Amino acid sequence: MSNSKQGVSRPQPHGHPYMPNSVPATRDEMLRSLGVPRVEALYDEVIPDEVRLKGALDLPEPIRSEFELSEHVMGVLNKNTYIGGRQRSFLGAGCYRHYVPALCDEIAQRAEFLTAYCGDTYSDHGKAQAIFEYTSLMGELLDMDVVSYTCYDGSQAAASALRMAIRLADSPMRSVLLVPSTMNPEVRSMLTEYCRNVAEIETFAHRPDGRADLGDLSGRLKSGHIAAVYFENPSYLGFIETGARQIAALAHEGGALCVVSPEVASLGIMESPANYGADIVCGDIQPLGMHVQFGGGQAGFIASRHERRFIEAFPTYMYGICETKNEGEYGWGRALNYRCSHGSRENANEYFGTETGLWAITAAVYLATLGPAGMRELGETIIQRSHYAAKVLSDVPGLQVNPLGGAFFQEFIVRFDGPGKTGKTVDEVNRALLSRGIFGGKSLVKDFPHLGQSALYAFTETTTADDIDELAGALRDITRR
Amino acid sequence: MSAEFQEARWNEPIIMEIGRKGERGILMPLAEERVRNAVGDASELLPEDMRRAAPPALPEISQMRVLRHFLRLSQETIGTDLNIDIGLGTCTMKYSPKVHESFVRSPALSELHPYEDEGEVQGILEIIYRTQEYMKSISGMDAVSLQASGGSQAIYGNAAIMRRYHEQRGDKGRDEVITTILSHPANPGTAATLGFKVITLYPGPDGCPDIEALKAAVSERTAGLMITNPEDTGIYNGRIREFVDIVHEAGGLCCYDQANLNGVFGLTRAKECGFDMCHYNLHKSFSSPHGSQGPGAGAQCVKAFLAKYLPIPTVEFDGKRYFFNYDRPDSIGKLRKFYGSPAVIVRTYAYIRTLGAEGLKQASELSILNNNYMLQQLLKIDGLSMPMGQGKRRLEQARLSWEKLTNETGVTTDDICRRIVDYGFQDYFASHHPRVIPEPFTPEPVESYSKDDIDEYVEAFRKIAREARETPEVVKTAPHRAALASQIDEQGLTDIYRFAVTWRAYKRMKNGSEAREHGHA
Repeated sequence: MSNSKQGVSRPQPHGHPYMPNSVPATRDEMLRSLGVPRVEALYDEVIPDEVRLKGALDLPEPIRSEFELSEHVMGVLNKNTYIGGRQRSFLGAGCYRHYVPALCDEIAQRAEFLTAYCGDTYSDHGKAQAIFEYTSLMGELLDMDVVSYTCYDGSQAAASALRMAIRLADSPMRSVLLVPSTMNPEVRSMLTEYCRNVAEIETFAHRPDGRADLGDLSGRLKSGHIAAVYFENPSYLGFIETGARQIAALAHEGGALCVVSPEVASLGIMESPANYGADIVCGDIQPLGMHVQFGGGQAGFIASRHERRFIEAFPTYMYGICETKNEGEYGWGRALNYRCSHGSRENANEYFGTETGLWAITAAVYLATLGPAGMRELGETIIQRSHYAAKVLSDVPGLQVNPLGGAFFQEFIVRFDGPGKTGKTVDEVNRALLSRGIFGGKSLVKDFPHLGQSALYAFTETTTADDIDELAGALRDITRR
Repeated sequence: MSAEFQEARWNEPIIMEIGRKGERGILMPLAEERVRNAVGDASELLPEDMRRAAPPALPEISQMRVLRHFLRLSQETIGTDLNIDIGLGTCTMKYSPKVHESFVRSPALSELHPYEDEGEVQGILEIIYRTQEYMKSISGMDAVSLQASGGSQAIYGNAAIMRRYHEQRGDKGRDEVITTILSHPANPGTAATLGFKVITLYPGPDGCPDIEALKAAVSERTAGLMITNPEDTGIYNGRIREFVDIVHEAGGLCCYDQANLNGVFGLTRAKECGFDMCHYNLHKSFSSPHGSQGPGAGAQCVKAFLAKYLPIPTVEFDGKRYFFNYDRPDSIGKLRKFYGSPAVIVRTYAYIRTLGAEGLKQASELSILNNNYMLQQLLKIDGLSMPMGQGKRRLEQARLSWEKLTNETGVTTDDICRRIVDYGFQDYFASHHPRVIPEPFTPEPVESYSKDDIDEYVEAFRKIAREARETPEVVKTAPHRAALASQIDEQGLTDIYRFAVTWRAYKRMKNGSEAREHGHA
């Protein structure tokens, strides 16, 4: 076997910074120890010729220095327009730009946490404690006793929570999952594929204001086929589900479970679904200290009450607390592993892999830093700013603001072809806003055609009154022409 | 590292028990006066029955104390950056270049919203697109998606493609997936999640899965093969092409689990082995840090005839602009919200650009060299052996056994796994479940570690093996110098009635059991 033209084994005068044994003298010393002449001799007989790659991989020439690499990568990344400085954004729809406390970045960047992996009880005592603290803090935020380790994102959390409901159903006849037609379309897409071999996904009807049609729900629940009723609160479309308690009660009357996805940033002021009837609560913790990161800050949670059948239905890792011989000393480990695919392969509840542990630790820092008062201030500022925005935007001629009406938390719909009519499409408006340094709301035109030319506008504690006034001025200007 | 190592031991209380009422870690921005005047009280904006009745019982802690707490916990954690991280075999704990962190911390990535107009995010889309192109080259496959948020999710995505492929052909009876016991558990795990029955092949004396068992397993019910190679043992299945051919002849598809690519970069690819699909973990062979178990990322690579099934959206390039393509009616749909773990993709891109084709191949060659050198040294230790496939060379990792030492001394792999922490290494990965090899130990010395590092690592085990014979209690009662230096009562992990995953549940359990004890007294 000779690929010398590729030069892989070409002696180099120096080692590669990431590969100490690329120093020829060291490599040769190790080869001598093994009694083989060349590295190829170690794999030539192992990987048969018929499956060997002939020739080299087609990849760009390596970039030699760290400096040049940095210039190149940042050169490409700097083609992006990011939020901050003079760039305003009213995008949300499942990913929110909140203030990230300095402590969150400080801890998330710690090499110990950043580069740890599945080290366990004894080498990674601090990591395990931080994860347990994450679930403990989330337990208080949600007012629930059992909280999963973080999964991939809110869609995975919803899908697994719904499969939990199927596992918990009192009869195999209960194979239908009822979800709202107003839900996050990305979550819906994911969970449909994920659940379809164990359940049928059906939507329940909604009233003109987007809220659940309780009559329809009640009728469907009489069939005895419903395993769970799922809804978001606030909904993907921003509104607060005012019938939440009744939905939960109806589900229970019909022998089904109630699964609710709340917005974690609201829970300093909004009631936890646990206290209005949810059996399983799931969602995304991205707002708790994670940067938007082009969608990379998402991480899912699932929570339930402390009941054996619920605990055994979780598919994720859970770090259980253990005592030692010393009073008040604790250690942690992955508990009840037969539930997980790492513990029992195809007999597990579902598969589970490397998901989003660093975001669990970061969220723990966030919740510990904010405390109850910080979470309350967060919720209050968001809801006041979003309502201020609704007021200010309602003064812009032609805009139909919050067409579904009623209560909302951080997001509402702005419709451009409502009764007043601006004569503009969402795309036209967003292009015009963009030229003014503003990212307009997420277009709903494709996902919710019955809402016409509508966009979903989001407001957080990082959106100031000045930003909102600027948006209103820009929209007034754009829609006047 | 000498035996004088001592991990930080701060005895930090649980965060729920720190601080006092009224302490604040941070002050949040309040709505402006004109906002408050315009909209009034926040609570009035919520329907009455949606107002939080009691504030969450989160701790109240001043900022410096929060910082100190989590810094101390970090010091009680042994990440790759802090040790010679050879013990977590199959996980490919390689160096994660620090310069990559400056890229992902930049606001040019961290402050990008996933729903920005595509024209505003051409930089990140370009990086995703180019990385896909590199993955095509590395795998030999025709189409790639980087949407998966981890390796297991990429395996899930490939299994979902397999399901949809047979469904679309109307091939309804194909409900069985074949895998091997030494393939990663995510293969049977995802297959079963999607409703497939799983058939598991076991290794023969050569350490490779039994090809006769495969021939007996395939039928008109075979949906496909999901297999890792090299397996956890580091043994490369040289007949892999035959395995693929047998499954193809039976009408099944073949998915190659290449989560750990570190032994075969540039040496062999999914294409040459005949596979229809493969996946990579971008947080393993491609250098992203593992982040205390994520976020990672996965690459799904498929042949042209399966491209239409890849998740929505795909990232494409029309010669001028990079864009998301949602118009894909045959797709398996979304794997997750938004598009993957962009930070991990950026690090992957930077890693490939740094090493190039030669460098990646060199990384594999040095991993193989390191592993073979390490095994030569480790296997000189009396009591440690390498079962299965006698005389067969391993590629980048190996599954070893302490069985002989256990039989002779009573010291088990779990004891040694705890003891190694006293020497300044993180506890090691014994094996996936089930433990096919008794008293297992799975090291993987990737290209990042020097000969001196390997010698130091081996020396620690030599010392522990000697301790097992001379002072076995020292090993059995380990760790002694870790952050947690007493052994836990594992009932909290195995007994559901002693299980608590939150502090509130634990306190309730304790109060309940104390109340019961007092009641009996």
